[in-house]
Amino acid sequence: MSGYLRSVAAEFTKVTSTRIWWVIALVLFGYIAVLAGGLSALFGGVQSGAIGSSMGGGQAPPPAQLPALIYSFASSVGYVFPVLLGALAVTGEFRHQTLTPTFLAVPRRGRVLAAKLTTLFGFGAVLGVVALLASVGVGALVMGTFGVDPVLGESDTWALIGRSVLAMALWAAVGVGLGVLVPNQVATIVIVLAFTQFIEPLLRLASTFTDATAGIGRFLPGAASDALVGASFFSIAAPGASVLEWWQGGLVLLAYAVVLTVIGYLVTWRRDVT
Amino acid sequence: MPAGSVVEFANVTKRFGAVTAVDDLSFTVEPGRVTGFLGPNGAGKTTSLRMLLGLVTPTAGTATFGGVRYADLSHPLATVGSALEAASFHPGRTARNHLRVYAIGAGLPPTRVGEVLQTVGLTEYADRRVGGYSLGMRQRLGLAFALIGDPGVLVLDEPINGLDPEGIKWIRGFLRELAGEGRTVLVSSHLLSEVQQSVDDVVIIARGRLVHRGPLSSLETETAPQVVVDSPTREALAAALTDAGIRFTEGRTGLLAADPDPARIGHVAFAAGVELSTLHRQKSGLEDSFLALVGEGHTL
Ligand SMILES: Nc1ncnc2c1ncn2[C@@H]1O[C@H](COP(=O)(O)OP(=O)(O)OP(=O)(O)O)[C@@H](O)[C@H]1O
Ligand SMILES: [Mg+2]
Repeated sequence: MSGYLRSVAAEFTKVTSTRIWWVIALVLFGYIAVLAGGLSALFGGVQSGAIGSSMGGGQAPPPAQLPALIYSFASSVGYVFPVLLGALAVTGEFRHQTLTPTFLAVPRRGRVLAAKLTTLFGFGAVLGVVALLASVGVGALVMGTFGVDPVLGESDTWALIGRSVLAMALWAAVGVGLGVLVPNQVATIVIVLAFTQFIEPLLRLASTFTDATAGIGRFLPGAASDALVGASFFSIAAPGASVLEWWQGGLVLLAYAVVLTVIGYLVTWRRDVT
Repeated sequence: MPAGSVVEFANVTKRFGAVTAVDDLSFTVEPGRVTGFLGPNGAGKTTSLRMLLGLVTPTAGTATFGGVRYADLSHPLATVGSALEAASFHPGRTARNHLRVYAIGAGLPPTRVGEVLQTVGLTEYADRRVGGYSLGMRQRLGLAFALIGDPGVLVLDEPINGLDPEGIKWIRGFLRELAGEGRTVLVSSHLLSEVQQSVDDVVIIARGRLVHRGPLSSLETETAPQVVVDSPTREALAAALTDAGIRFTEGRTGLLAADPDPARIGHVAFAAGVELSTLHRQKSGLEDSFLALVGEGHTL
């Protein structure tokens, strides 16, 4: 086995030998299941007439868009979870001083970081599958009971599901990049939560006000991710917003992960371990 | 087991901003011997060892194993095993998994994990999370990590800290055994007495500089031997020594005569008709020479 693959195997064992990854997976599943189930019931109820449109049902998405919207919650809402997992995988090494045995076992620091990026990309995909089990599994079930076609037979739906898994994997890689750039665990968590829950949504909304900023706004990581997945409540709430092609969105997200990781490598990863 | 190689520090300097932690340090450590790396707190021991292990980049100079830097070793854990003082464990991981992670990364056979846990006496606790370990158990786990590649060189930073008397006895014997097999063993400590029973050679640093190196016995000759002598009539004894031209100081347990020969002191007392209650050579001048060598550093 090459040194790189051995390092990937070691990084994989690091993640599976502590509890954080399945705690995150569990919370992610619960959160997305409740959200997908609840909104499927609300919009499904509006469309089926069980809930009157006077109750705000006027805002409901057109029936054809509903399943894609619900399914995309996996990434459009759940993406903060793989970011946290990726960031914690790096900041934990600094916090618990495990960089010492890590670099003693493998003194090639660049290889260790590349292996970590690869491994967390994989775990991001796993979280993607978990999130989709919640959004598609629960969402389709609830929509079905309200007579909305969950369109599970359509290849478009499965393409969306595949792109969502890819988006979640890329988000975990972004988390690794963030963690290595800001190795302080508390600072990283604060940045992740503030950026994903507050700063970016505001920036995306603000960027839609003028054409010039809209062109820039679509390069924000959340916008790129939504473009990659192909549907989100954001694109329905602000239908005028310009979006990237799905593959462009994927490349932009990948670029965030790589650029953050490379800068982090240069700034913190090569430092003295004392 | 790979043969032990020579550890060499060549003009190694490390500055942290304005602090010079290690200052132009040069020495070699030979295989087949246990070498004590000694110095008071803050002398620069840990920093030196971390530079040797490629964790800290020297400001100047190189530290190598048989001429090869740690980062360039093709099988690092199978060449050099090390345990550093900081507790470097994820508290949520079990000891077994902790070792597995690094064995996998270094390409070592997974069977080594169980073997080294057995060696350090942790088998019973191997599947408990390290967060609940005592200091001594952590030290043992650190040692298990050092041994996992069956290396020819061992670098241990304060390995005795936190061990119980039985553990201390065991590790002393173990270090001797490892050196007896031809391995290079470098152990740091801030107390000479902690390692003097198990080391062959000493390297002593203070404030980042080398102050002494050589076999342990070389420390004895650093200070002139003394004879401790006492009498129920100490004044009469003092007068007899003065008359015989022997210099002395008054110690807690008697007079410390600056003369290497107890027989001569005994003769002087006998000739003066002074009864003696104590007459022996100062047992160990090692700690005194150590303290004298690191003297200024020690008052930091
Ligand atoms: N990362 C760092 N940044 C700044 N100064 C440092 C750093 N690491 C060590 N030092 C300084 O370098 C000097 C040597 O420290 P070091 O830890 O190597 O000593 P030591 O001999 O291992 O001491 P001890 O017996 O207490 O373990 C000290 O003055 C310490 O404050
Ligand atoms: Mg130290």
